[in-house]
Amino acid sequence: MIDTVELAAKTPDQPQPWGELGLKQDEYQRIRDILGRRPTNAELAMYSVMWSEHCSYKSSKVHLRQFGEKAPQSDALLVGIGQNAGVVDIGHGYAVTFKIESHNHPSYVEPYQGAATGVGGIVRDILAMGARPVAVMDSLRFGPLDADDTHRVLPGVVAGVGGYGNCLGLPNIGGEVVFDPSYAANPLVNALCVGVMKHEDIHLANATGVGNKVVLFGARTGGDGIGGASILASESFDDSKPSKRPAVQVGDPFMEKVLIECCLELFEAQVVEAIQDLGAAGISCATSELASNGDGGMYVQLEKVLLRDPSLTPGEIMMSESQERMMGIVTPENLDAFLAITTRWDVETAVIGEVTGTGRLIIDWHGETIADVDPRTVAHDGPVYERPYARPDWQDSLQADGPGELPRPGTGDELRGTLLRLLASPNLASKAWITDQYDRYVLGNTVLAQPEDAGVLRIDESTGLGVAIATDGNGRYAKLDPYTGAQLALAEAYRNVATTGATPLAVTDGLNFGSPEDPAVMWQFAEAIRGLADGCQALGTPVTGGNVSLYNQTGDAAILPTAIVGVLGVLDDVARRTPQGFREPGQVIYLLGETRDEFGGSEWAWAEHGHLGGRPPSVDLAAERELAEILVNASRDGLIDAAHDLSDGGLAVALVESVLRHGVGARVWVPDGLDPFVFLFSESQARAIVAVPRSEEVRFTDMCSARRFAHQRIGVVDDGGVLDLQGQFSVPVDDLRTAHESTLSSAFDA
Amino acid sequence: MARVVVDVMLKSEILDPQGKAVQGAFGRLGFDGIASVRQGKRFEIELDGEATPEAIAEIERAAATLLANPVIEDFTVHVEAGV
Repeated sequence: MIDTVELAAKTPDQPQPWGELGLKQDEYQRIRDILGRRPTNAELAMYSVMWSEHCSYKSSKVHLRQFGEKAPQSDALLVGIGQNAGVVDIGHGYAVTFKIESHNHPSYVEPYQGAATGVGGIVRDILAMGARPVAVMDSLRFGPLDADDTHRVLPGVVAGVGGYGNCLGLPNIGGEVVFDPSYAANPLVNALCVGVMKHEDIHLANATGVGNKVVLFGARTGGDGIGGASILASESFDDSKPSKRPAVQVGDPFMEKVLIECCLELFEAQVVEAIQDLGAAGISCATSELASNGDGGMYVQLEKVLLRDPSLTPGEIMMSESQERMMGIVTPENLDAFLAITTRWDVETAVIGEVTGTGRLIIDWHGETIADVDPRTVAHDGPVYERPYARPDWQDSLQADGPGELPRPGTGDELRGTLLRLLASPNLASKAWITDQYDRYVLGNTVLAQPEDAGVLRIDESTGLGVAIATDGNGRYAKLDPYTGAQLALAEAYRNVATTGATPLAVTDGLNFGSPEDPAVMWQFAEAIRGLADGCQALGTPVTGGNVSLYNQTGDAAILPTAIVGVLGVLDDVARRTPQGFREPGQVIYLLGETRDEFGGSEWAWAEHGHLGGRPPSVDLAAERELAEILVNASRDGLIDAAHDLSDGGLAVALVESVLRHGVGARVWVPDGLDPFVFLFSESQARAIVAVPRSEEVRFTDMCSARRFAHQRIGVVDDGGVLDLQGQFSVPVDDLRTAHESTLSSAFDA
Repeated sequence: MARVVVDVMLKSEILDPQGKAVQGAFGRLGFDGIASVRQGKRFEIELDGEATPEAIAEIERAAATLLANPVIEDFTVHVEAGV
């Protein structure tokens, strides 16, 4: 028996499973008020998925507005927040679109497919803008390295990211991996995709033009992921409800590859007005968003949707999250040409409806109307919550418990031991075991990839125009101070991009937090957004889009507040990029920036003492900007041959990474007046090390002096195969390599 | 000695790209009348002793742990006759 609008009007008292679909009592009542009757089952399905936290941003909206209100003036921004992804002008007529999105909960339930479909989803977002996807990155967080669950989740997630991306033929050019107990049973999988197009090829996902056809193409609709958006992403895990498990989607990267080429050809042939990808909430989302962003009305005959499983109910079809599907808006005169192209690519296509000017989204099932709604009420006018937030009472004691009392290494031997242990600690150890599973160089445009500070891609072969992208996000810093922590994530990603010689332009953010119903978590969230919005304003890099993932907690324990920030920069000529590794013996090593005694939230305090407390390193965005300009100018003028930003683990870890890259050696001395331990391991911000050819040394130091930026000559690159910290200790480079590279492989190559 | 067979199939609502590829290949090679293909795995397990209810229960536990991914796959266990 199909639940029609007519029937719903006659049976107002029929009980409905709104609670099981994740709606609250007042939300259900509001749907009834909007419709003036009870919703049909199909309407209930639509509202429940679209009003879920994942799709509606109902808890985060009031805070996210700051990204718009505080957005810095930027000529580079072509499309801002609100579309599938933001678009940035990089010059020469090229535009780049990039976005990060989370797929955390699905990746915990089914690591391989969860991570794989996370990559697939963000790639389709980029594709929907009219761009050719050219690279992916991933930002991962797992529980402790030695936890059993990490050994279940990590290999699956890594294989999923690699499997899907490698099958699509997209290079994976960077990202990060962090281990922390708070992510046990709640891993974070944030995938970033970047795409390229010419300015005139930008497409917005709006359904305009009354009479235009609504076309669904790509994979068939099946029963996978039904309720994934509302049920998986919007409630914390609870062991007592195993029934939620089947809400998992399985991806088919080869289908997606065909879909990419097909969509690009459709755009190229100008036979499609708009394309929207189907992700969370499937057809419910695509129809209501396309309609409400366009002329406001749409008529759909749902029985025309091609099904993989004919037993699906209309409500299930509306909610299905089957992967590799797209919805297009096509004028009637272009329809034949459109179908010719999809047929040529062997992509199944169904015309399922048309654009109307009625202001209503009407969905029929075999001639009977099963949904009749104002699409705005589904897609945009969902509930908005001003969730209460309050600075948690433990924040003061956490900040008071600084790292000052922790015993510090004093002698050269102790410093040496500390360095070797830190290099082998899970967060600082080489991630090659993971990144070697990803194809970094496919397509032939990868200039820099892991373990470099940022991924660099060549966009235009004739001019060498390119982009650099980095993601960062230190949850420990944000736990100590969410406002500062979010700015530190931004500062680090910004610095990473500038380190390669690229000028930072724009930001995407993946905000991963615990339950918004906990005022302490909501406070962390509000503070992080305020910090990020202020930081973006100060650095002149607007937020172009991103993603919010809440309810990342198991029981009462929330994850560390994790604002992952992706920064995109542009290089006029990738041949001028600055790599991380020292190469030429005789080059002089300079430390740029001020080193202070800052160990709150540091990797040293955590790895050596299991300590997290105090204040994170201070942020100085003006200094970050100055440092970035120095690095970019030095790269353009050929003043430096290598550069590496200083972050987790401080100078010592950066030095080791730069030395290991090409297996050279270095002699380094502690500047007068600095404590060796602070010099080596402090995590003070706005710092980098650079290798300067002797012939350029005067020009380089003159530039730093003219800008009044702190710079100290701390060492010389040599070919001795030893890292020699004069007067303190020396370690053969081979020992450094063993310490740095053994941790992950010995944990997972059992 | 007894032979126990474990058949593992993707759950019916889960997409099976391999099965779909096989189905497409059938069409291209001219095999008509095939509506759908789903591909699974078959494990033949020789027991040391008899297929007692306890032994079967142990195999079921092993199948759920190692042979199948219960999140996206179903499995069946049966004793093969006449071995």
